Amino acid sequence: MKFVVCVKQVPDTTEVEVNKETGTIIREGVPSILNPFDEFALNVALKVKEKVDAHIVALSMGPPQAEQALKKCLAIGADEAILLSDRAFAGSDTWVTSLVLARAVRKIGDADIIFCGQQAIDGDTAQVGPEMAQHLGLPQVTYMEEVEEVGKSNVICRKETDEGYVRIKCKLPALLACLATSDFEPRIPNIRDIFRAKKKPLHQWNMGDIGGGLEEYGLEGSATQVIKSYAPSERGDCVMVDEPPEAAVKKILEFLSDQGVIG
Amino acid sequence: MIVVDGDKCTGCGVCVKACSFDALELVEKLAVFDDGKCTYCGVCISACPTDAIDMERKPQTADVSAYKGIWVFAEQNGGKLKNVVFELLGKGKEIAEELGEELCAVLVGNKVEYLPKVLASYGADKVYMIDGEVFENYSTDGYKSAISMLITKHKPNILLFGATHVGRDLAPTVAAHLGLGLTADCTGLSIVEDKYLLQTRPAFGGNLMADILTPDTRPQMATVRPNVMKRPEPEEGRECKLVKEDFQINPRNIRTEILEVITGGVEGEKPVEEADIIISGGRGVGAPENFDMLKAVARSLKGTIGCSRPVVELGWMPKSRQVGQSGKTVSPTLYMACGISGAIQHRVGIRNSDIIIAINKDREAPIFELANLGVIGDIFKILPLLASELEKKSE
Ligand SMILES: Cc1cc2nc3c(=O)[nH]c(=O)nc-3n(C[C@H](O)[C@H](O)[C@H](O)COP(=O)(O)OP(=O)(O)OC[C@H]3O[C@@H](n4cnc5c(N)ncnc54)[C@H](O)[C@@H]3O)c2cc1C
Ligand SMILES: Nc1ncnc2c1ncn2[C@@H]1O[C@H](COP(=O)(O)O)[C@@H](O)[C@H]1O
Repeated sequence: MKFVVCVKQVPDTTEVEVNKETGTIIREGVPSILNPFDEFALNVALKVKEKVDAHIVALSMGPPQAEQALKKCLAIGADEAILLSDRAFAGSDTWVTSLVLARAVRKIGDADIIFCGQQAIDGDTAQVGPEMAQHLGLPQVTYMEEVEEVGKSNVICRKETDEGYVRIKCKLPALLACLATSDFEPRIPNIRDIFRAKKKPLHQWNMGDIGGGLEEYGLEGSATQVIKSYAPSERGDCVMVDEPPEAAVKKILEFLSDQGVIG
Repeated sequence: MIVVDGDKCTGCGVCVKACSFDALELVEKLAVFDDGKCTYCGVCISACPTDAIDMERKPQTADVSAYKGIWVFAEQNGGKLKNVVFELLGKGKEIAEELGEELCAVLVGNKVEYLPKVLASYGADKVYMIDGEVFENYSTDGYKSAISMLITKHKPNILLFGATHVGRDLAPTVAAHLGLGLTADCTGLSIVEDKYLLQTRPAFGGNLMADILTPDTRPQMATVRPNVMKRPEPEEGRECKLVKEDFQINPRNIRTEILEVITGGVEGEKPVEEADIIISGGRGVGAPENFDMLKAVARSLKGTIGCSRPVVELGWMPKSRQVGQSGKTVSPTLYMACGISGAIQHRVGIRNSDIIIAINKDREAPIFELANLGVIGDIFKILPLLASELEKKSE
């Protein structure tokens, strides 16, 4: 079988800070990481590969330094990696990103399962996966937590829902958007893995490789436009209490009764 | 770009006859496209008897003025409407009045004839309903076809979905299918320049807010976080127009099948997203059994237990209790954060609380930036005392 895993390099949002005056992200010193949901997705693909014969291609669209994320994927166990990098892709919204990825998946050819993360932690849109499935005309399972069984023409998975979860059967080929479960432990590549990864193919593709015109990509191709970004407002009017427990509890009770929470 | 699946194409030539633009020909028993002539009208796709043709779609630049009406996807499960539907109807009404357009609900399901009445009481002027057995359970393929058909036929200006598991599956599917822009997980919606929907959403894990417009494609589509918009008071007996659409889809075209449904959650306790009072604990609580201190406070205040993400990761609480960016957004009257540092991913989930009390022994904890009352102290000393005082009061 052939699997494609879509991965994105993202700033570690737990380390991000915002310049409150300009409303822009302070990028300096913020480490770039492999999107955790995508790392989980790769892990799911690797687990399936333990049971069926499979070739895993890691695919990423991003600036040249996104190569780092792909190198990590190769070290973790992907067999091949492709970086889609072109200035024409800069500023793409989810629609365009999913189009670029879908065209690359077509060019790779014969993919049985496309694995994505449920969402990327920078944009948090969770849209690229389902949109890609549409571009490719494939069925999808979002909020996918576990692949239970892979057959010739079907896959059975466990999917989280608002109410709990369902076991769902989906025709192949398909796209699975994976939701990292809380017990997920990332694989840590050792020196040998990293060394071996250096011998695996890492291709660079640009717009010419996937076809299409400049007007379809980047800002121009995007239907949504970000017109402004700013730091969220905090309340900043906190009444601080720094007193021994008895006095503090008294203050809490007074506050609750002032606010009408207790009589 | 039009794509032909070589395995499915039988070379029958039906598509060649169907095309009005001479964009197709048969080469060695396979349909081949001329990209220069194709107008992407899609006639060949529906004509093909073996579903071998598909299209990579482009954003459809629409004649904006032809699109009218504010639509809300009336998500239901087993015939019960999701809370977020009422919140969206409330917000939708404001927008509809500002634009002078109709507020419509879109209802897809099986045996849901009694729901339009409910939707009307929350402000819907019109309900589009597709009712049929294939729509009993949510399926991406089935619901996508139904909603896409309605959009193409009735041309709404704005379409809102709750950012639920279903909404976040369906909305991008419909958007990509019809070539439309979509903004995810909005926390604010308003109208600018008398016509555009301004969509506000957090990005970068809540560190940044972004304002987004969809100037050229219609409908303007957004998913909206549950528990952010205010739920309106229902007006009993309010009437609405009902438009029943007879829409069928061959079950064969639904490519997923639900084998088993397992519902989770703690029996008998209110889910956090519906709770009025939430006593929430973080890593500072130290151990699962220490949540008893929080439960004692919650008991006197008739509250619900919530938690931060590490608490779930450590297995102290089920995922359904998690508040924050990758958990639930809550909007209680009182949110009490105990031993929670207040990372941005947690804060985004609690901003809509009326009042926030934080107890933390670290005076620098970011939770204090958002709290109304900040108590610097040890929860192991404060909570048991608070619980017994509250109990005394309620006696
Ligand atoms: C993509 C992504 C999504 C995320 N989504 C969420 C989410 O949905 N929800 C969420 O909560 N987090 C989320 N996080 C995690 C978030 O970044 C923080 O790591 C997390 O919220 C911290 O939880 P905490 O406050 O319980 O733990 P900590 O940060 O460890 O804080 C514990 C606090 O307890 C205090 N404390 C310790 N002992 C006591 C005591 N005896 N008395 C009083 N105070 C005490 C400490 O001073 C400290 O402030 C997400 C992260 C990422 C990257
Ligand atoms: N630039 C990208 N390159 C590769 N995969 C991506 C990219 N952007 C998004 N994805 C995939 O789509 C998923 C959802 O992303 P998002 O819609 O941005 O939240 C991610 O987890 C990735 O698997």
